[in-house]
Amino acid sequence: MANHPTTQAIHSPVKEDVSVNYITSPKGLMSWLTTIDHKRIGIMYLWAVLGAFLLGGIFALLLRIELLTPKETIMTAETYNKVFTLHGVIMVFLFIIPSIPAALGNFVLPLMLGAKDVAFPRLNLFSYYIYVVGALFGITAMVTGGVDTGWTFYTPYSTTTNGQVSMMVMAAFILGFSSIFTGINFIATVHKLRAPGMGWFQMPLFVWGMYSTAVIQVLATPVLGITLVLLMLERSFGIGIFDPAIGGDPVLFQHFFWFYSHPAVYIMIVPGMAIISEIIPTFSKKTIFGYKAIAFSSVSIALVGFLVWGHHMFVSGQSNLASVIFSFLTFLVAIPSGVKVFNWLATMYRGSITLEAPMLYAISFLLLFGIGGLTGIFLGALSVDIHLTDTYFVVAHFHYVMMGGTVIAFLGGLHYWWPKMFGRMYNERLAQIGCGLVFVGFNMTFFTQFVLGSRGMPRRYYNYLDQFQALHAFSTVGSWVLGAGLFLTAGYLLASLRKPYDAPRNPWGSRTFEWETQSPPITHNFDFDPVLIHGPYDYRPEKKG
Amino acid sequence: MSDTAAVVHEEHSHEHHDSSLQHHFATYEQQMDAGKIGMWLFLATEILLFGGLFVGFALMQSKYPEAFVQAHHHLDKNLGFLNTVVLLVSSFTMVMAVHCAKTEQRKKVLVYLLITLACAAIFLCVKYFEYEHKIHEGLLPGKFYTHVGDTVPHQFVFFSFYFMMTGLHGLHIVGGMAAITWIFFRAKKGDFNHQYYTPIDLVGLYWHLVDLIWIYLFPLLYLIS
Repeated sequence: MANHPTTQAIHSPVKEDVSVNYITSPKGLMSWLTTIDHKRIGIMYLWAVLGAFLLGGIFALLLRIELLTPKETIMTAETYNKVFTLHGVIMVFLFIIPSIPAALGNFVLPLMLGAKDVAFPRLNLFSYYIYVVGALFGITAMVTGGVDTGWTFYTPYSTTTNGQVSMMVMAAFILGFSSIFTGINFIATVHKLRAPGMGWFQMPLFVWGMYSTAVIQVLATPVLGITLVLLMLERSFGIGIFDPAIGGDPVLFQHFFWFYSHPAVYIMIVPGMAIISEIIPTFSKKTIFGYKAIAFSSVSIALVGFLVWGHHMFVSGQSNLASVIFSFLTFLVAIPSGVKVFNWLATMYRGSITLEAPMLYAISFLLLFGIGGLTGIFLGALSVDIHLTDTYFVVAHFHYVMMGGTVIAFLGGLHYWWPKMFGRMYNERLAQIGCGLVFVGFNMTFFTQFVLGSRGMPRRYYNYLDQFQALHAFSTVGSWVLGAGLFLTAGYLLASLRKPYDAPRNPWGSRTFEWETQSPPITHNFDFDPVLIHGPYDYRPEKKG
Repeated sequence: MSDTAAVVHEEHSHEHHDSSLQHHFATYEQQMDAGKIGMWLFLATEILLFGGLFVGFALMQSKYPEAFVQAHHHLDKNLGFLNTVVLLVSSFTMVMAVHCAKTEQRKKVLVYLLITLACAAIFLCVKYFEYEHKIHEGLLPGKFYTHVGDTVPHQFVFFSFYFMMTGLHGLHIVGGMAAITWIFFRAKKGDFNHQYYTPIDLVGLYWHLVDLIWIYLFPLLYLIS
């Protein structure tokens, strides 16, 4: 295990008694269900989103098995439509969007700021229960008939098809409020609860990422909310806004939907980038390169992200001029993303790099997000997009960003903060093997789909031509490797919880506040009043004496 | 010594904190500022929520301009104007309630809050009579629209938006009345003083936004030309 000279000896006696901590006191189920401690709420979110990840992942494995052969393999076409819809809805609304902000962010953000809690602890608990209610609506919709519209709920199909569209849309509407309240909480926390001495440019970059994400959550989610309400009313009352049969405009639904859902892509990826900005300097033992550039690139991604929604609609009948402008603005997003990637690489350059599991995930992120981002540029180019629209190329692209980017960063962050959250170290060797399996399995599954897409395999199809079978089978085998890696990861992480507390305060030799309190922390976070004296990435050798 | 970021203290003392200052805030000012940031952000989400309806209304109006002009003649401008005045008065009394809370004039706080509540109730009564008239005439949203004798089609789209927008706004009025009732009882208990009046201030901000949205809804729906 890495043991670095910068580890703060003064706060890390060899053996300390950590039996009193936020997990153990107070005791009892009720004390958890009514807690307003951001750490406990973060942990409750963590188990919830991991449950959603498991469910969405099982649906994904079933889809891949179905696609092993052309024609029917294990399910009918109707079931297939429902399964890919549920996979999308669960992964987007129940897993990825809350994964990093609501689970890891809730736990880490106040600690990083040296605060005792988020600004509105009761609102925080309320947002968790809204999430639970939303999830229950979603599950009810699933077991009482399912939905076959795809996660985008495009009209007019969604206003005419049978099934539990209204219930599922209601679930997404409710989950949106959970997301809004978390965002409001984080913005107020960052503004008002930084430790003495911590100015805006002494905040860890994770906080900048959470802040940018929160801005998007607050500004974009209400528009999705009202859009989904309009969709429900269109289905039940025929209000005449989206359904062309009664004089509505189905393209308007797409505009409304993507006005939220494209920024939502950045709600998903910016927190991933935020985690990478923590892991890379820690495991390179080097000051982050271009702190302000990374901080402002998060904010600029958040702002430009609001102006690119039309690139989902190049073939939906919007004007050519609009398409050209949206295409140009889409290219602009690549600039702040590129700024980040090159700053991370420059941070690693001549650093003292060690390859523990979080760093392996961070390096995987750089490779996979690089591919995901670059293929986004292909798709943002009008002439190319017209050929690739609704093919597996698009599927591969957004999985490289959502899974190769966000989920890989989430796993990196989970491994990075696991000792802090639960006070235990996991088996490092198994973690490295798990990361390797995930990386290889992911690329087998999805790189294949770039090839399939460029050869014309359309997305969301149940059947396909025989010529695609070899590639589909390879992709399916890849999904098994990926699944094996994730189950292995779940196994050793859960196994670590059976051990006694063995994590030191600062196992990675990091420099941010959360590592200065005990692992796991006490309920009020710090047994001292945190005051900022050094920067979050100050890895210069400490002066002796 | 090392450059650690720590000033070690004994166990945190809570006896300095009285109950209206939450444990994670150091000062009343910090708590008030955080609350205000939170409320302004919430108001921003409200504007965006209504914003979706405003944009939808504008697009549908440009699609069916004649239908919208015809349909709006069924609305009673005088009642709409009356409600606008009622809400403006309620905004004024709300401001006065906040001011009196800050200056610790407890009796006046209660009086102003009661007038605000009364205005909200008048608004809802007027709205009730307006709705009743529409329901009677069959001027209803979507497929429930049964009004006969129209010369221009697609008037049901106007009434879809009329009921969605005024209905959502009405729900906000009801929510505001609940919040005002809550701070009325807290004010009666004597919870507020010059240092701590955050809740009444925040409810005030919310109430002004609800009024402001009506100020936009009134010309949009009642005064189409």
